[in-house]
Amino acid sequence: MVAKGAIRKGEYFDSVTLMLVARDASKIEGVLDAAIVMGTAQNKSILEMSEMLLDEFKNTSDNDLIIAVKAKDEATAVSGLKKTEELLEKSRQKTTDSSEYMPKSIESAFKVLPGANMVIISVAGKYAAEEAMKALQHDLHVMIFSDNVPKDKTLEVKKLGREKGLLVMGPDCGTAIINGAPLGFANVVNRGDIGIVSAAGTGLQEVSSIISNEGEGISQGIGTGGIDMKKEFGGLSFLTGLEALIADPQTKIITLISKPPHPEVLERIGEVLKTNKKPVVAAFLGADPALVKSIGAIPASSLEEAALLSVSLSKGISMEQFNKEIEESENKLKELAKDLAKQLQPEQKYVRGLFQGGTLAYETQVILKDMIGDINSNVPLDPKLRLADSWRSVGHTVVDLGEDEFTVGRPHPQIDFSLRNKRILEEARDKSVAIIYLDVVIGHGTNLNPGEELAPVIAEAKKVGNSLIIVSVTGTDRDPQNKSKIVKMYKDAGAVVLERNASASRLTGYILQKLGGK
Amino acid sequence: MVDMDKANKEALRRLVSATPKLVGMGKAINVVPGMKKNMLLHAGPPVTWDRMCGPMKGGVIAALIYEGMAHTKEEAETLAASGQVEFSPCHHHQAVGPMAGIVSPSMPVYIIENAAFGNKSYATMNEGLGKVLRMGAYSPDVIERLKWMEEVFYPTLDRAIRFLDGMDMKSIIAQALHMGDELHNRNRGATSLFYRAIAPAIVRTTSDPLVIEKVLRFIDGNDHTFLNLSMATAKASLDPARDIEGSTMVVCMARNGTDFGIQVSGLGDEWFTAPAEVPPNALYFAGFTKEDANPDIGDSSIMETAGLGGFAIGAAPAIVQFTGGTPKDALNKTLSMYEITIGENTAYQVPYLNFRGTPTGIDVRLVVEKGLLPFIDTGIAHKDPGVGQVGAGLVDAPMEVFKKAIIAFSKKYA
Amino acid sequence: MKTLDLFASELKVINVGLTSFKESLEQEGFKVVQVDWRPPAGGDEEVMEALRKLMGK
Repeated sequence: MVAKGAIRKGEYFDSVTLMLVARDASKIEGVLDAAIVMGTAQNKSILEMSEMLLDEFKNTSDNDLIIAVKAKDEATAVSGLKKTEELLEKSRQKTTDSSEYMPKSIESAFKVLPGANMVIISVAGKYAAEEAMKALQHDLHVMIFSDNVPKDKTLEVKKLGREKGLLVMGPDCGTAIINGAPLGFANVVNRGDIGIVSAAGTGLQEVSSIISNEGEGISQGIGTGGIDMKKEFGGLSFLTGLEALIADPQTKIITLISKPPHPEVLERIGEVLKTNKKPVVAAFLGADPALVKSIGAIPASSLEEAALLSVSLSKGISMEQFNKEIEESENKLKELAKDLAKQLQPEQKYVRGLFQGGTLAYETQVILKDMIGDINSNVPLDPKLRLADSWRSVGHTVVDLGEDEFTVGRPHPQIDFSLRNKRILEEARDKSVAIIYLDVVIGHGTNLNPGEELAPVIAEAKKVGNSLIIVSVTGTDRDPQNKSKIVKMYKDAGAVVLERNASASRLTGYILQKLGGK
Repeated sequence: MVDMDKANKEALRRLVSATPKLVGMGKAINVVPGMKKNMLLHAGPPVTWDRMCGPMKGGVIAALIYEGMAHTKEEAETLAASGQVEFSPCHHHQAVGPMAGIVSPSMPVYIIENAAFGNKSYATMNEGLGKVLRMGAYSPDVIERLKWMEEVFYPTLDRAIRFLDGMDMKSIIAQALHMGDELHNRNRGATSLFYRAIAPAIVRTTSDPLVIEKVLRFIDGNDHTFLNLSMATAKASLDPARDIEGSTMVVCMARNGTDFGIQVSGLGDEWFTAPAEVPPNALYFAGFTKEDANPDIGDSSIMETAGLGGFAIGAAPAIVQFTGGTPKDALNKTLSMYEITIGENTAYQVPYLNFRGTPTGIDVRLVVEKGLLPFIDTGIAHKDPGVGQVGAGLVDAPMEVFKKAIIAFSKKYA
Repeated sequence: MKTLDLFASELKVINVGLTSFKESLEQEGFKVVQVDWRPPAGGDEEVMEALRKLMGK
């Protein structure tokens, strides 16, 4: 055990600075103890107790700085001493300014940012409602990303929001675009005159991205959370959003997105639309078009169609022209399907859809149901078609990887690709699989490297099996991920890439029909 | 239901309207209410001999030897365990004590008078650093120093204080905050101001120059001389705010090295306690680690209760690094305490916050609602008696005591 | 109408929870303040209930 030391004459450091440096010095590998103290009598006696009072220290005065290091051998003591002196120098140069004060509550946050008008809440569901109530009581609009908020509290919050005329986007709301700002998982899209109210997170992402990619834009994208359209919540959030868009001078076209609403809710929407004069496109996926028309909206059978319809209305294109364009692109799709089908072997029969986005999984099932028949799923359209084991595909299968059985203790699949990547390779080895279908939803809040993390897996899948890999990418070129680069990476890896989920789903249907996959 | 906000406003008003003045000194047995010949006062909530921590037991031993009630450690321990010695919290006698906080009958105490409300408070003189009674040391030199303090230091100070017609404590504290003190772990400015005020009076009222020199050097050699005075000042300021119907203001935070306890204005004398902890993020002196530390101990958390100490750490750049960083971090720590206090101090200010009053008057409801705990800027004693201070750092008060208080409050008032 | 007021004003956000949401907004040039949030009453239901009674909720 060896002690080494140094004296700095006439150097003054605050005792606390010295203690901090000593603490860091003690952590140096091989150093048993370190002391950096002024040469007072008291400090010298402490050093003596720790066997670090070297002879050379004995004559130091109160104005001299003693540096002492104890280590297991000479070499370590010497290097330890040197490192300690470096630490001391560094502490003198400490000029980093720490971060600004972080308020501990919504109340104090409001003091730090007066004029705040929106609160985003993503804490555990148990606490989210209370925070939302605080926000509403301060007259702030609110977005609740949290799920598992108790039902009675959810109703309380939505009611208060409706009473006060404030937006309550959620609970369970993953996406919103307000004043052009991406809230939650959202894409960077053009501003324009199309306003959206959506009870479907990835639905809003898909529609807003397609609209933006077609050159038009979004005035507001109001999310309501997936549970809002149920009977118990009466579409309370949806109605506030709809009324806002009807009154908003920037909004000329209104687009509504949801799974089919409860009849009572649909009626309420109808009531609100009675005095509305703006065109309304409604993608109530899977709903009877006649019902949609009866409340004064233009029915869209898919998110893609809703987006394109809205774009046409915004551009002032006639319905005739619109239908012509749709027919042309549909024919192209059928041609592509013919070619792709040729690549498949006779035993390849099934589609395996592995989804990040719940709405997209739903939409794909709605589209494919009419084209190829029964599809098994962990979120089936028909309860009879529920998968016995979500981790094991059977026949035609669509899996929503965002469901609870996959996400407990794990980040959302839009962020963490590892589960799906594994599943892709399992499906690729299954010789009965014809198509592996993947959605990739980019934008703020999601995985920053979707290209690097998925393309190699696609390439690997193409090696171990003969399945077609169809990828639908949702997003824009202004998103933080580089969309064109990603698309190219997937194509280079051997995937067929489209940028609309409905088209990609119909392509899948056409291919399977060619195989007699019904 | 009772108007809690109104009650809290009144509690805060009383706290900040205090006029604490050091009026003189006396022996505990003569001036401390309820003091008895066989009684020892201690820091923190009530605790029995068998549950006392190392430093407190050491302090008890020292006190019993000092009083002549025992001659050895073993005799003292036997006496302490026998039931013949009565132990009582300082707080129950309008007194406060740092670390072990032991007050015995013969010990001289400062007398602070709060004329605005007519109440008084008491505290012993600070012995200095290292091996001292309040850290649990009981060796002969500790006793010898205590005797000197009783026989020489105390009368000298007392004469000087009375010569000055008393000393305004509030103005010293207010000035000290402008000099980089926070009045718990950092008292250098306040002690210097005290020295300046008392020195001429000592010269005038003590004839022996050697005594004058020794007394002045004793004060000069101990930066924490003023600590005991600031603690008594805080105690005197807070006591009138007790027993206000419906008030959720904390009137006392105290530790005995085993338990951490608080008392709340609207809940009378009830203590809400939880185990005291070893501060997890502390700086230790050379040769010591967390393993050597005693759990949180002392009545000195009365400083934070009164809006000083850790709550004013934004005013103390020199010890700012205990917060783990820069002066800005210290300001942020002080800023965070505004979130759990009823209001701001009128006399005590933080210069770097544009002289904003310190966060004052801890509201139990806000602590629980925001999950934000008051923190205390404290010294740490060695867990073995008589070794002394081994470090310092910031420690959070335990959530459990505030939870208990809320439940009790709800049962009483809701 | 409060929603129209929102649409016509500069969006200023208070973020309670995941910091990635704050980062996204800052990247796009919007003003956000992050709340250093912790669960009330350390998550204790009984205490939360007592507190609610006191706060008149």
